[in-house]
Amino acid sequence: MSDQTHIEHDLAPGEEEQHSVGERIVGYVVGLGLALLLTATSFFIAGTDLVWQPSIPVALIVLAIAQMGVHLVFFLHITTGPDNTNNVLALAFGLLVVFLVVGGTVWIMAHLNQNMPPMDQFIRMHS
Amino acid sequence: MSMTATVGRAHADPHHIGVVIEHRGPAPKRIVTAYGFWVFLLSDIVMFSCFFAAYAVLVSQTADGPKGSEIFEQRNVAIETVCLLLSSFTCGMASIAADVRNRFWFYLGMAVTCVLGLIFLAIEFREFADLVSRGYGPSRSAFLSAFFSLVGCHGLHVSAGVLWLLTMMAQVFAKGFRADVLRRMMCFALFWHALDIIWVGVFSVVYLLGSGV
Repeated sequence: MSDQTHIEHDLAPGEEEQHSVGERIVGYVVGLGLALLLTATSFFIAGTDLVWQPSIPVALIVLAIAQMGVHLVFFLHITTGPDNTNNVLALAFGLLVVFLVVGGTVWIMAHLNQNMPPMDQFIRMHS
Repeated sequence: MSMTATVGRAHADPHHIGVVIEHRGPAPKRIVTAYGFWVFLLSDIVMFSCFFAAYAVLVSQTADGPKGSEIFEQRNVAIETVCLLLSSFTCGMASIAADVRNRFWFYLGMAVTCVLGLIFLAIEFREFADLVSRGYGPSRSAFLSAFFSLVGCHGLHVSAGVLWLLTMMAQVFAKGFRADVLRRMMCFALFWHALDIIWVGVFSVVYLLGSGV
C-alpha cells in the first residue's frame, strides 16, 4: 500500500517532486539565467537595426511566450508529469479563455475599424 | 481494488485516465489550498487579459497626445524588469528556506524580495507622477487611459504582494513554521511568480512593442 501512494499522489501547484535543497536551488538558478537571457534578447531586439524591421514584433511576442514558459516550468514547477495533471488542465483552460478574449477582441475591433470610415469623411458622405 | 492491475497499467497510462481509483478520502489540505489558489491566479490572469485586449484596441487612439514611443524610457523599464525577476528568484529561495525551516535564510530571502519589490514600485510611481505632471495623465487620451489601467493594475497587485510578504514575515516570527503558515507561504510564492509572468507580458507588449510604433 505504501509504495502505491507514491504513484497516486498529486502535486500542488508550485510544489516540486522530492528533491534535495541543492537540486531545488539549481533549478531556480537555471530558470533565472534563462529568464535573464530571454529578457536581454527582448530588449536588444527591440532597439536594434540589425534585423529585418517587420520581424521585430513577432520576435518580441515569441520571446515573451518563451519566457512565460521558463517561469512556469522553473519557478511555478508546472510540468507535464502525471502528478501535475489537474494543474495543467486548469492552466490550459485559463489559456483558452485568454486567447479567446485577446484574439477575439483584436480581431473584431480591427474589422470594425476597417468598416468605419473616419468621422469627417462619414459626415461628407451624408451631407 | 486489484493493486497489481494498477501497477501494471501505471506505466502504459501515466495519467491514470483509464484507471478507476477508489476514493481515498479528500486530498491533503496543502494540495487543496494551493490548487484553489492556482485557479484564482488563472482567473486573475484572465482579468489581466481583458486589460491587455483593451490596450491593444486603444493603443493608436492618442487624440493628438503623445505616442508610446515618446513617453516610454527603456532604461527604467529594464531596471524594473531585472528587479522583479531577481525578486522572483529570492522569493523561490525564501520558500525553499521555509520548507527546510531555516529562519535566517527565510527572513533574508523575504527581505531582499521586499526591497526589490519596493524599488520596482518606486520606479513605476515616479514614471506615473512624471507623466501626470507633464499633462499626460490617464484622462489625456484613450491610449493613456488603457496604459494607466493596465500598468497601474499590475502595480496595485505588486503593492498587495508586498503587504502580504510583510504579513508572512510577521506570521513566521510570531507563530513559527506551522502547517497553516507554510500553506500561506506557498500561496504567496505562487502569487509573486504569477505577477512576474504578467510583467513579462506588460514589458513586451506595452513598452517594447509600444516604443517601436
